[in-house]
Amino acid sequence: MKLDSKIPPGPVTEKWEKYKFDLKLVNPANKRKYDVIVVGSGLAGAAAAASMAEMGYNVKCFCYQDSPRRAHSIAAQGGINAAKNYQNDGDSIYRLFYDTIKGGDFRAREANVYRLAQTSVKIIDQCVAQGVPFAREYGGLLANRSFGGAQVSRTFYARGQTGQQLLLGAYQALCRQIGLGKVQMFERTEMLELVVVDGHAKGIIVRDLVTGEISAHAADAVVLGTGGYGNVFYLSTNAKGCNTTAIWRAYKKGAALANPCYTQIHPTCIPVSGEHQSKLTLMSESLRNDGRVWTPKRKEDCGKAPGDIPEADRDYILERKYPSYGNLAPRDISSRAAKEACDKGLGVGPGGLGVYLDFADAIKRLGESTVRERYGNLFDMYEKITGENAYKVPMRIYPAVHYTMGGTWVDYNLMSSIPGLFVIGEANFSDHGANRLGASALMQGLADGYFVLPYTIGNYFATEKQPKHKTDHAEFKKALGEVETRTKKLLSIKGKRTVNSFHKELGKIVWDKCGMARDEKGLKEALQQIPALREEFWKNVNVAGENGELNQNLEHAGRVADFLEFAELMCLDALNRRESCGGHFRTEFQTEDGEAKRDDENFAYVAAWEYAGEGKPPILNKEPLVYEEVHMSTRSYK
Amino acid sequence: MNLTLKVWRQKNPNDAGGIVTYDANDIIPDMSFLEMLDVVNEDLISRGEEPIAFDSDCREGICGTCSMVIDGIAHGGQRGTTVCQLHMRHFNDGDTITIEPWRAKAFPVIKDLVTDRSAFDRIIESGGFVSVNTGGTPDGNTLPIPKVDADEAMDAAACIGCGACVAACKNASAMLFVSAKVSHLALLPQGKPEAERRVLKMVKAMDEAGFGNCTVTGSCEAVCPKEISLDFIAKLNREFGKAILKNRAERQVAD
Repeated sequence: MKLDSKIPPGPVTEKWEKYKFDLKLVNPANKRKYDVIVVGSGLAGAAAAASMAEMGYNVKCFCYQDSPRRAHSIAAQGGINAAKNYQNDGDSIYRLFYDTIKGGDFRAREANVYRLAQTSVKIIDQCVAQGVPFAREYGGLLANRSFGGAQVSRTFYARGQTGQQLLLGAYQALCRQIGLGKVQMFERTEMLELVVVDGHAKGIIVRDLVTGEISAHAADAVVLGTGGYGNVFYLSTNAKGCNTTAIWRAYKKGAALANPCYTQIHPTCIPVSGEHQSKLTLMSESLRNDGRVWTPKRKEDCGKAPGDIPEADRDYILERKYPSYGNLAPRDISSRAAKEACDKGLGVGPGGLGVYLDFADAIKRLGESTVRERYGNLFDMYEKITGENAYKVPMRIYPAVHYTMGGTWVDYNLMSSIPGLFVIGEANFSDHGANRLGASALMQGLADGYFVLPYTIGNYFATEKQPKHKTDHAEFKKALGEVETRTKKLLSIKGKRTVNSFHKELGKIVWDKCGMARDEKGLKEALQQIPALREEFWKNVNVAGENGELNQNLEHAGRVADFLEFAELMCLDALNRRESCGGHFRTEFQTEDGEAKRDDENFAYVAAWEYAGEGKPPILNKEPLVYEEVHMSTRSYK
Repeated sequence: MNLTLKVWRQKNPNDAGGIVTYDANDIIPDMSFLEMLDVVNEDLISRGEEPIAFDSDCREGICGTCSMVIDGIAHGGQRGTTVCQLHMRHFNDGDTITIEPWRAKAFPVIKDLVTDRSAFDRIIESGGFVSVNTGGTPDGNTLPIPKVDADEAMDAAACIGCGACVAACKNASAMLFVSAKVSHLALLPQGKPEAERRVLKMVKAMDEAGFGNCTVTGSCEAVCPKEISLDFIAKLNREFGKAILKNRAERQVAD
């Protein structure tokens, strides 16, 4: 496979503007001749579907939820970054660009990140115009707060529900187009296969989750905005339904998958309370603006009530290790600091898997009412889940899988290695390198959906002039047959183990061996265990019910089947990358004081894996990362 | 703790459905209500029975997917709490718990505890938006918005569209849901140009979807997991009245 990133020439600051001018256009009257399928209705998917429909394309949008408003973007709490410099604190597009490149540990594509920073300012304007109720100052202007990995205040927010409000903005724009008949919406419908005709993506096969009907849909291009693969770990902050099926199916049809080992472990989540746990809940990173992370200095204090541990016996781990960023050190670094403390036996709470996030000083300094105004809903949520009042006792937090930087490889146009297949938002790999900074996921989803894809997809139509195909084409029939066979197979095994038990076991393997810290031995073990588990799954899984009805167990089974394949590629990628960078921490490669040690000479590339056929090892394609603008340096937040 | 569950089971929309009794044993107080049901379902699957179908997704109280009536109260009666955030520590060993789906003509049952709430989407599609296309919007700080207005708009915008308000209402009215969106957008300058048109269209869509009328008993506010205030229904009535009195806007909708 030849990877062409199609990065335009010229200085990084001018690439996008010039490129936009060079893109071929589809004239307004001709846009209605093109059909586009969008899978997923989160920030990226809904924004793209709405924007393309506004331009005149005919859009079909699919989501597995019962309404497009429920996509998991809705759960993002803290905020969205934009280089507005409204706070006069020295922010700029260049600074956001640099922070993002550095935060990603110099493993992101420079040109994409610069475009993201440029676009960020327009996103805020767009959302304000839609009526998104961002937080405001008394003077009526927009308020900001700080997030990890930045020394400026550039994060816009709507209480602790920023993702919800941005998604509702995109959802409302989408609804407007549904009402106008430009978008046809398919709720409770899951994509189970991609259809490729003569090398171009031409449609999808879906299952209606209510009736079980499996059907084909044809279009001139397919856009996947299907989110990340965090649920491969079973426990994550993702919604229960989040899955990797769409990008995995695309991978098996020829869309290279890049950097799957780059997974983000978020430092501030509510610790696991027992075996029954079905998901983990994030406490927004914004809490680290005012909360202080600490553990007892001595093991014997770990069982004591936090109030009984005097100041002198507390170790404020982030403030001590990273004085200039303090509690706002980036996510990967903060997560590892918590893990390190717990590994040393200094963790608190059940199982010793937790550190304190303490608001006592903030309450003393600002008063309880100010803290309540800033974080009230998060404190409430914490109390609902743990039964503890965080105004009185410190929160207990522990890292959890939250976001996945890896995903389908895309070029500068956000097109995958299958022409006509575009991948946007968390589902692609492009902008965050090996670690994503807080409040940047919303930014990327909306940038891709509102301001990048709607331009670049037109260029594909205008230059390729591909023939249209109908669903009676042989490739559609073949793909439909494959999905029917797979569904029947899942229902016919009737083994002894539940789908959930397989998912849990897989999650434990990858969390232990491909989680916060990885090493060669563990990864090699995982690469033995995963195929064995997969084999057992296909012999011994018990899927309840039938196909021709709402069958949630069958939905879960299909997703777990794909996770069982995906997990192997993730571990293989982690094993191949013999360096530490961002969220990928190989214990063999660290500095003397335990920081990630990159190997720029050998690993400054995007690892784009190509499917080689059933039972064959995937092919590694390397896209070299060339930095024209910034100098690759060792990340330091000290 | 050990519990007895009385659960509504209904194979499909055409099935009559009925209550079936299950044991839920060895339940831990730290479990969420949905995790308790997960445990029951794992057991059912292992015994070759069909698991109880129920909707849930984010399980952190924001997506609005989870929806069940517990002992007669939508979302189970903890103030400002969705089912997924309701924890078993609020129940006692030996309790019998009755679990039913949302009950409303406009939300037909699909299976067991799963209902079809797409009527809410149709209401938003009718006008619950600001008509701006992508691009060409002015700078976000061009138009200052008083903090109190922005805050009040946010109070309304916090609605998660779960439908508990409808499930709790004796008339299955969707007024709280509609009022939240109408108020959110009417409070902001961006939403004002089409405020009249919006309220008329949304109320029309609400009526067409088969929701009942509002008699302001406030049961909707009591069960709302986001504690959306009844005041917004007053605001909706005001906005509606204003729009009706202006023939111009009414004509627009009639067109």
